[in-house]
Amino acid sequence: MLLGKVIGTVWSTRKDENLVGSKFLIVRQVNLELEPQKSTVVAVDSVGAGYGEIVLVAQGSSARQTTFTKNKPVDAVIMAIVDKLDISVKEQLKEIIED
Amino acid sequence: MLIGKVIGTIWATRKYETITGFKMQFVQPLNAEMENIGEPFVALDTIGAGPGELIFYATSSEAVIPLHVEMAPVDASIVGIIDSINTEKSYS
Repeated sequence: MLLGKVIGTVWSTRKDENLVGSKFLIVRQVNLELEPQKSTVVAVDSVGAGYGEIVLVAQGSSARQTTFTKNKPVDAVIMAIVDKLDISVKEQLKEIIED
Repeated sequence: MLIGKVIGTIWATRKYETITGFKMQFVQPLNAEMENIGEPFVALDTIGAGPGELIFYATSSEAVIPLHVEMAPVDASIVGIIDSINTEKSYS
């Protein structure tokens, strides 16, 4: 799943009829230090995420596996709101990424 | 499946109901030579891998199978812990 932060909402009246009633949030990807990255995604909210919250987004066909997104043309769904994040292998990680 | 290393854990109490009770881990994708090949992501863990352990994971909707639930919004699941890897390097 993608780690991201809710930065906004999308409203759309003219859209695929299957999407009527869906709530679309804009999620910007964040890295392990929760620093915002370039990519953002429009995701259907299935857990009531609020603005600024750190969330997890499931993408691809798995995104349709919720009652909110079943049989809808949706490939991104917010499915968790992060309480705590613990990166225990950080020092080695630095070494791996710098290779 | 792809190889990765568990680098951390995520706790989330407010989440989609069918994925409650499963551990969520941060995984750094690696290739067979243990080189970093991409950005860390979050995978569901039904196996119980610990931080620092080498694992392999399944992605896309196949990631829902280990959960044994009807529907679950999961696009990556750890499906095994690696004991050892033999590649051409170790044979040459």
